[in-house]
Amino acid sequence: MDKKVGVYICTGCEIGESLDVPALSKVATSEYKVPICKNNPMLCGKEGSSLITADMEKEGVNTVVIAACSPREKTDVFTYDPTSVCMERVNLREHVVWCHPSQDEDTQMLAGDYLRMGIIKAQKMAPLEPFSEQIDKTILVVGGGITGMTSALEAAKAGYDVVLVEKAPELGGWMKRLWKQYPKSPPYLELQPTGVDEKIKEVMSHTKIKVYTGAKIEKTKGAPGLFDVTISQNGKSETIRVGAIVEAAGWQPYDATKLDSLGFGKYANVVTGIMVEEMAAKGKFTRPSDGKEAKSVAFIQCAGSRDKDHLPYCSSYCCLASLKQAKYIRDKDSDAKVYILYKDIRTVGQYEIFYKKVQEDPGIFLTKGEIAGISEDAEKNLVIDVDNTLLGGKIQVKAEMVVLATGMVPAAGIEMKAAIPEEAEKTCEEKKEEGKDLPADTIIPSDILNLEYRQGPEPPALRYGFPDSHYICFPYETRRTGIYAAGCVRQPMDSAACMDDAGGAAFKAIQCVELTAQGKAVHPRAGDMSYPELYMSRCTQCKRCTEECPFGAYNEDEKGNPLPNPTRCRRCGICMGSCPERIISFKDYSVDIMGSMVKAIEVPEEDEEKPRIVAFLCENDAYPAMDIAGRKRLSYNPYVRVIPLRCLGNVNLVWIADALGKGIDGVLLIGCKYGDDYQCHFIKGSELANYRMEKIKETLDRLRLESERIRILELSLDEYDKLPGIFDDFLEKIEELGPNPYKGF
Amino acid sequence: MADTKVSDGDVLVIGGGISGLTTAVEAAEVGCRVILVEKEPSLGGRVARNNKYYTKLCPPSCGLEINFKRIKKNPNIQCLTLSEVEAISGGEGNYEVTIRINPRYVNENCTACGKCAEVCVTEIPNEFNLGMDKIRAAYLPHPMAFPMRYVIAPEIIGTEEVKKCLDACKYNAIDLDMKQETVKVKVGAVVVATGWNPYDAAKIDNLGFGKCRNVITNVMMERLASPSGPTKGRIVRPSDGKEVKTVIFAQCAGSRDENHLAYCSGVCCLASLKQATYVREQYPDAKATIFYIDVRALGNYEDFYTKVAGDENISLIKGKVARVEEDPTTADVVVEAEDTLTGDKIKARADMLVLATGMVPSAPGGNIAVTYDEFGFVVSDPSIRGIYGVGCARRPTGVAQSVQDATGAALKAMQSMVRR
Repeated sequence: MDKKVGVYICTGCEIGESLDVPALSKVATSEYKVPICKNNPMLCGKEGSSLITADMEKEGVNTVVIAACSPREKTDVFTYDPTSVCMERVNLREHVVWCHPSQDEDTQMLAGDYLRMGIIKAQKMAPLEPFSEQIDKTILVVGGGITGMTSALEAAKAGYDVVLVEKAPELGGWMKRLWKQYPKSPPYLELQPTGVDEKIKEVMSHTKIKVYTGAKIEKTKGAPGLFDVTISQNGKSETIRVGAIVEAAGWQPYDATKLDSLGFGKYANVVTGIMVEEMAAKGKFTRPSDGKEAKSVAFIQCAGSRDKDHLPYCSSYCCLASLKQAKYIRDKDSDAKVYILYKDIRTVGQYEIFYKKVQEDPGIFLTKGEIAGISEDAEKNLVIDVDNTLLGGKIQVKAEMVVLATGMVPAAGIEMKAAIPEEAEKTCEEKKEEGKDLPADTIIPSDILNLEYRQGPEPPALRYGFPDSHYICFPYETRRTGIYAAGCVRQPMDSAACMDDAGGAAFKAIQCVELTAQGKAVHPRAGDMSYPELYMSRCTQCKRCTEECPFGAYNEDEKGNPLPNPTRCRRCGICMGSCPERIISFKDYSVDIMGSMVKAIEVPEEDEEKPRIVAFLCENDAYPAMDIAGRKRLSYNPYVRVIPLRCLGNVNLVWIADALGKGIDGVLLIGCKYGDDYQCHFIKGSELANYRMEKIKETLDRLRLESERIRILELSLDEYDKLPGIFDDFLEKIEELGPNPYKGF
Repeated sequence: MADTKVSDGDVLVIGGGISGLTTAVEAAEVGCRVILVEKEPSLGGRVARNNKYYTKLCPPSCGLEINFKRIKKNPNIQCLTLSEVEAISGGEGNYEVTIRINPRYVNENCTACGKCAEVCVTEIPNEFNLGMDKIRAAYLPHPMAFPMRYVIAPEIIGTEEVKKCLDACKYNAIDLDMKQETVKVKVGAVVVATGWNPYDAAKIDNLGFGKCRNVITNVMMERLASPSGPTKGRIVRPSDGKEVKTVIFAQCAGSRDENHLAYCSGVCCLASLKQATYVREQYPDAKATIFYIDVRALGNYEDFYTKVAGDENISLIKGKVARVEEDPTTADVVVEAEDTLTGDKIKARADMLVLATGMVPSAPGGNIAVTYDEFGFVVSDPSIRGIYGVGCARRPTGVAQSVQDATGAALKAMQSMVRR
């Protein structure tokens, strides 16, 4: 495309008063020979914006630089079709005139540099060409329990073809093994039928759902829209193409045999909650030892859960399950006594009403306490010693049967085979040898999806085997694009929550196929049509892109060449930062484009005593924080030039070398918090940036520069008031170090 | 002025808090045309007023930013602020909705330059900060407000002062002729995301709210701790601005109480644990005491509970606060409680008492054909198609579950469109 650049400078919102706009226009027209450069006192107004559209129509302008307010503002006015127009916005308002003195030489220089950076970026960008391939919109649901069945039905009701794969011979999962469920609807007092049989029937008879029971997934190849899934059933294999996957593989009860301190396996009359459901279905709560109906039953809550030696988390459903089972027993036999020994009763929301009702039953005794020990008497009754109870101190509870409320283990957290590929293991070893401490992803070979991904066979786990990622803001998102976790495989939850979750995950899967069909990215850069393109002839097979992509977008051929899967890509650009050969580029965002922005900064001579600092800011948090700092008119030194990035993980070391080689005195990198409670939208971007910066020392040594010239920081969006201090402290350090000796080279 | 133009849509979302916002954005990203109706001048609801989310302790503004970015990119969303749904008639696939739009007196020309506020002197209670401070009558609701557009409060309409605002605005953005208007639109499905209000703490006689100056609620604590709050994030006492070195949290203030809210509000345990960390972070020697009935930290949130409980300056006592008084000389709060485990009567003194008040569903108003339970939460009734409750309109819950719920509601709404 022949590019014709138009630069449009807004002079409203104090820009015109603060800056010498004619001088600024000269940057465009003289330095960059831009054919059209106009200004307007209200560029976002009708007259202003039609100035731009008229030039597009009449003058053939197809590359637009808008120097006005923050790119976060007035997006309704300044939006153009990215497949035909290249647009870049220069933030003269929030980042220049609102926080720097008016009619000041340094403020003017700042504006000039921002305009240079904007023009060079716009010049180097290319219109987007969305990745398009014929994709399949079928939704695959893995797991036929209450979550999987609900996902399948909900997706089918929205008009999508669904394939449901269940490993057991029939659908229903754990829910099918329950006798009743606790109250889920008003007045929240009575036990309810589980409704699971009706649900199974609905699934089996739905014309849009194809069900495979007694089946498993042998392998999953491909990418969103293009997954080829091999399903084996009755010794036969079949490969089908699907668009997106809901992973609803469910859970297993915590292995009670590991709870020998609670007597399971040692004493015959210690049973688990699931065994009580079976008894309830038979209508008799009989002791395993002698078949006698138990007249007194003690429930021990948190059996394995909330225990650092077993499951550190709370399994969420067990309090209500035991309250329900207590009611089973009491409804069956009004003489029976039930004891519930708990740490906390966790019946949130309207479930509290049911708890209250159970508490009113004189035959059910609830007490908080710690289990000190359990023993068996001659009649095979159990004697439980309880400490720190509400009754003050120690008590002893004697019961004919004890029920352990065992917790939930996500199916994704159970290692089913030693399937971590050798390649990945080797990489881990290599990392250790090299003394790098980049934490590897936890991938548990749980035999659920069996992904043919270079990074391992299942989505990485966040914690305790749950394949979640951003559990607050982006539920369902695993770290593998197009695969959405739902129900107890994602977090411990009860069946009502599972059913809600099922709908949400099914929806995300639908959204994925719809966006993918249009060549658009899914969350969090939903709608982005750019994608990375690799200039393979310069690839050295270093494998960094395949290793460092947080979403496992790259596979590898035998020679170690990366094989991109554009529909797996979230467009974060982390691979761009990882590539030492700089061969990975987006049409509108590349190592060259961003490096050219750095090079566009004018570096004054040393004797002018005007230091220059380049700051790379994450556009998700640090950049908006800087906008708020502008809005609050917080002032800071005018020597910092900010470059927004999709993620701090995009920083390629060459930009830093370019900056320092050019005489820029310091480089700041500001990204999101990382670590266990990471805030990076791309999970590992800021962490990778930190890890890579450790390696920058070699570059600095080569240039004989001090390592303090690079500073990397974490900043949350609400820490906007810290930004001036960050900029000014860094400037102080730079002044202490003195000017970069490369100035003028 | 021209009447507001609102086109028909596929989905109406009532409420622009995190639940409604999420449903709107998610649905729009599969191509549904969404009308989002919010009664306040900006989106974000309760979440925008929170300082941090449990358990990551990250700022909600980060999550809002990404949602706002998605709205900005998506032409499928019509966002109506200062608006309320008056009536809904019809059925699935074919609802007619009457929406009342209150005047903002500022139109889309607004660049948020702030010149109108500079000349405005009248101050009104700052609703964003729950009335804890004042704001000028020409105002931006908060620094992250979306839409990023000022509001002229009705209080100064018709005064000389508003003319100064009008003169100060170079962009013809102030329109004093704006009137309340009513629009009618057609949609195929309705999502009720009307959220919640904090339980009125003054109704709990024994906990001293409204009588003792240093008794505040948990929602007020969020504003106190927030950088955009009335104290710019400094946690200080309302009575004298003194630093809060000792703080007591009274859990279930109104919740799990037949005389107030019989249900559990679901979030207050984690909120208080989180707020204890606010105080501890700000004042390294501060001490916090939490009186609770049960600590309800479900799932992986248990990790956060374990971490906070491990702080030796934070004590958790199973017991209920019985009485609260103010020491007239120091304005300290004196709390009487019973430790249910030991049976001991406890008398404790603190700089501040935070009441962990619960959630009351805020009714959507209008004649919406949904079923409510006895507490006013929307019942999920599979026989009702076309109108779906979501988030805290359905049951008391936290942000994570609201987002989860809201995504599912987008699918329900999509199904209504398929059936249309």
